[in-house]
Amino acid sequence: MSLLVSYFIFPGFLFSVSVGLLAGWVDRKVTARLQWRVGPPWHQNFTDIVKLLGKEIIIPESGKWTFLLSPYLGLLSVTLVATILGNLLQSSIGSFNGDIIVVLYLLTIPAVATIIGASVSRSPLASVGASREMKLVLAYELPFILSIITVIIKCGGVIQLGSVLNHQANFGSHLVSCSGILAFLVSILCMQAKLCLVPFDASEAEQELMGGVLIEYSGLPLAIFKLTKAMLFYTLPLFLIVLFWGQGLTPLALVGKYVVLLVVIILVKNTNPRLRIDQALRFFWGPVTWAAVTAVILAICGI
Amino acid sequence: MDLRLKALTKSIWVFHLSAGSCNNCDIETLDCFTPRFDVERFGIQLIGSVRHADVILITGAMNRKSVPRMKKIYAQAPKPCLIVACGICACSQHMFRDSYNVCEPLDKILPVDVYIPGCPPKPEAIISGIVKLLTKIRSKK
Repeated sequence: MSLLVSYFIFPGFLFSVSVGLLAGWVDRKVTARLQWRVGPPWHQNFTDIVKLLGKEIIIPESGKWTFLLSPYLGLLSVTLVATILGNLLQSSIGSFNGDIIVVLYLLTIPAVATIIGASVSRSPLASVGASREMKLVLAYELPFILSIITVIIKCGGVIQLGSVLNHQANFGSHLVSCSGILAFLVSILCMQAKLCLVPFDASEAEQELMGGVLIEYSGLPLAIFKLTKAMLFYTLPLFLIVLFWGQGLTPLALVGKYVVLLVVIILVKNTNPRLRIDQALRFFWGPVTWAAVTAVILAICGI
Repeated sequence: MDLRLKALTKSIWVFHLSAGSCNNCDIETLDCFTPRFDVERFGIQLIGSVRHADVILITGAMNRKSVPRMKKIYAQAPKPCLIVACGICACSQHMFRDSYNVCEPLDKILPVDVYIPGCPPKPEAIISGIVKLLTKIRSKK
């Protein structure tokens, strides 16, 4: 029973969706203020979701079930990540051996779900979006995993989030060392790409692909994709905080750190143009990967 | 009024369809999203895919090429989907009425909900038209 409560209500689905949608509103509001506009009211993203629930669902002739089920795949896996992280922050006893790897895999699944859903609709624009998404996943996974390996090395080879938190509580955040800050910057860039935000939003590019991967979705499945995105907006910064910035995690400090990461995301989003997919690939496999490799080497040297 | 319609009035996603316009109405439509007017305050967003649309905003005098495509796009939109005729060309074909290439007025082809006359209509006129659309949805119950 408590398992179900923690999965569906707190800290799982309901809580993370609410926080994510509010963070999405902060994003829209700050963007609007930066453009000298007023911006939408705080409940705008909730209203959008309710409206989408009431719309007709249009299903393409090709593959009804795959088309309808792939949004749920992404949603369920991100919910699981939110639950694992939330329980971990309440008490580190809930952490099990190897949960870093589980979270890492679960965080890849939303991208896979979008690729499946986009490819099954047989729309040419959606398939271009899906191929770009695929390339982007290949691009950012390598540096992201390398930066997490840095953390694992610094903690002495543990692959358990609870031990990572304990290590940071005893020896200070990973952020304050040379290798830690390097890996942290790399993973912030990867987070931007995982969230599909500018400058790495080539797969959804609304000016050239008209929404790209989401072009054929309407009504409920579209709402579920939006919810998945909102939850990623909550879970990914939280994951980075746990990995790199885990010292002194009182509730107030946690909120403050989350807001700082949110501000970084929004500023990067608003001050950059969209990269072409080949530029993004070159960027991630070039400088970003080298930075991550340097971080790993520094961590091995113990700096 | 049920929750669905209430949410619809607070979050209108507009699909902008040019059916052979001179581009002037399109420019004025985009003006509504600039800092001076900023209709995103009311949850109105311009979107690229007709599958996400709540309102199709049609500009221009429909010609023989664009009418079948327009019907197709309306059929692709998820219901409830409303139609706004923006500009005098879309409302009544204006000076192109006797042209060889123009077939029939928009409301003979698709169910139009709101007419916004003007050549081009000012952004204020477009916003006032959207407000009329909202009152129409609200009075539907």
